[in-house]
Amino acid sequence: MMINIECYLVVSTIMMFAGIYGFFTRHNMLAMLISVELMLNATDINFAVFNRFLFPAMKEGYFFSLFSIAISAAETAIAIAIMINIYRNVRSIQTKDIEDMKW
Amino acid sequence: MEYTIFILILPFLSFLFLGLAGKWMSHRAAGLVGTLTLGAVAAMSYLTAFLYFTAPRLADGTFATLIPVNFEWLPFTSTLSIDMGVLLDPISVMMLIVISTVSLMVHIYSFGYMKGERGFQRYYSFLSLFSMSMLGLVLATNIFQMYVYWELVGVSSYLLIGFFYTRPAAIAASKKAFIVTRFADLGFLIGILVYSYYGGTFSFHPDSSMLMAGGAAMMPLALGLMFIGGAGKSAMFPLHIWLPDAMEGPTPVSALIHAATMVVAGVYLVARMFPLFIVYAPGVLHIVAYVGAFTAFFAASIACVQSDIKRVLAFSTISQIGFMMVALGVCTSLDPNLGGLGYMASMFHLFTHAMFKSLLFLCAGCIIEQVHSNEMSAMGGLRKYMPVTHIAFLIACLAISGIPPFSGFFSKDEILTASFNFSPIMGWVMAIIAGMTAFYMFRIYFGIFWGTENKELHEKLHPHENPLTMTIPLVILAGITCVAGFIPFGQFISSNGQAYHIDIELSTALTSIIIGVVSIALAIFMYMRPTQPVADSLARKFKELYTAAYHRFYVDEVYQFITHRIIFGCISTPIAWIDRHIIDGLLNFSAWSAYATSDSIRSLQSGRVQQYAFVFLLGALALILLLIL
Repeated sequence: MMINIECYLVVSTIMMFAGIYGFFTRHNMLAMLISVELMLNATDINFAVFNRFLFPAMKEGYFFSLFSIAISAAETAIAIAIMINIYRNVRSIQTKDIEDMKW
Repeated sequence: MEYTIFILILPFLSFLFLGLAGKWMSHRAAGLVGTLTLGAVAAMSYLTAFLYFTAPRLADGTFATLIPVNFEWLPFTSTLSIDMGVLLDPISVMMLIVISTVSLMVHIYSFGYMKGERGFQRYYSFLSLFSMSMLGLVLATNIFQMYVYWELVGVSSYLLIGFFYTRPAAIAASKKAFIVTRFADLGFLIGILVYSYYGGTFSFHPDSSMLMAGGAAMMPLALGLMFIGGAGKSAMFPLHIWLPDAMEGPTPVSALIHAATMVVAGVYLVARMFPLFIVYAPGVLHIVAYVGAFTAFFAASIACVQSDIKRVLAFSTISQIGFMMVALGVCTSLDPNLGGLGYMASMFHLFTHAMFKSLLFLCAGCIIEQVHSNEMSAMGGLRKYMPVTHIAFLIACLAISGIPPFSGFFSKDEILTASFNFSPIMGWVMAIIAGMTAFYMFRIYFGIFWGTENKELHEKLHPHENPLTMTIPLVILAGITCVAGFIPFGQFISSNGQAYHIDIELSTALTSIIIGVVSIALAIFMYMRPTQPVADSLARKFKELYTAAYHRFYVDEVYQFITHRIIFGCISTPIAWIDRHIIDGLLNFSAWSAYATSDSIRSLQSGRVQQYAFVFLLGALALILLLIL
């Protein structure tokens, strides 16, 4: 049975908006990071899917999603490092507790 | 003669070395480094002079003008560039001898005079800097190089006048000297620019095609402006006010800079441009003569009443430089036999004056070292205690008074002859000033070595002869003063470069000797005895004149009035108000408005991450909408 392109896109759209929703509603920085990862993965899926269905003879979409995964891994490492440092300083990773960096 | 470049490089290296490493050196080592460098420079200068003047003359009877070293420093256009190099011609070689001799003497003398002073190494490094700049000035191949070194001597003069920087008077004097000469140098700079624009070159020989094309009409302006610079350095009226104050510096510095070398830079400048002056600007040359004559008279009249011996010597220097300027100014032709005698006379007087005036200053230094005061009231009767200084001072006084066979007679006689050839009035005026010179020099001579002794002070201080480092330079300079008059100066230097035989014109010589002797006799009559009834009664009778001359005819007060009341009060204060209130107000307003705006919108930066993200999302949506529509 052939899974057509719309199925993939529906999944990735759901992931994207779940990520956006999570990013705005969760006050825990870890949860926010997970939401960001969701959004990123949604775009990765899109790259792969469009490559597969629209330009089957080429490889750029796959490569791009690989790059994107590598970069998001690095970015996650940095984000977690920042969170650990914040936690050491203010004993919390709730966004409402770290409002000092203003003005 | 490529080695001549080392005449400039050696003192510069010595300046750098003493300036950087002097802190860790002993006084003796630092002094030795400076003195040995100068000794090497002096040896090279003498060698250069010997080789230069013994070389065969050219076909037209002049000495060749040599440029052993020259490199292009700042090229502007293909034809106009600023070069740096070494130029040897009769006057620059003569100046080499003057500068290196006096500088060497001063270096040796300073061992004794500056002994134990704080900053001894700094003093020697500044002396090296000055020697380098002054030598560079006279060896300049073009007017711009001369200007660069001209400013360097100004700076080193500033540094050395303010050497005792803990004394407010010294600081004020150094600033005054720098600002006044710098102000005059503005004229020099504009003169150089005019000259190079219309002459097409910075060298001393302007492009003849440029001059044909209308440049010649601008030469008087350019040369006149250059003379303003020269007048500032050479302390011509009314720019002379810095020189008497410059006596706040150490006395050897006064001897080197403010008597022998730097102050004659203006004379040297006019002499350097002389071929142009005579051809294109004879009118400006007459102005030079009148300014010189007035300055000579003015300074001589002030020198007659001052009581500070260094001040008297300073005014006497101004007066003698006036003589040199007059001698240059009265020239009417390039041929020394047809009215160009003054050029040779001026250079001759520069040479002899440098020797005997530095001798006078060094003697004054010896005296000041012993009585700890510049005032004549602290002296009197010193001949018993300091015989060598006494004799040296007497020789120098006789020389400056124009008594044969001392050197001053020969050079001053040539100046008087040149002045009489120009016009009898100028001749008589200069002869009378020469008489005043003899009078005031013997006035201080008797005031120092005869007259009323200040017994109280002398019993406390026990004045005695100074150490050998200080007396040997006196003896050497006195020896030069005795014999320098017999140098056949005209053989080496004359206005057209050809050999000129000096013959003393009997009538002029007799006139000047008689005037000199009469003035000295007058000084003996008035000042030799312990009490001075004649001088006192004269001072009482002409009270206003005496007071005015004592206050240097209030020129400093006039400057004070012009600068403080008129320039500061009427021009600077309103401009300062505009600056403070309008210009600053505009800037303050822009800063304040930026601040007020930011303050009112700063609460947007709430620090809540989700809020930022929401704004970001809204922005993104807005962009998307924009793209769709």
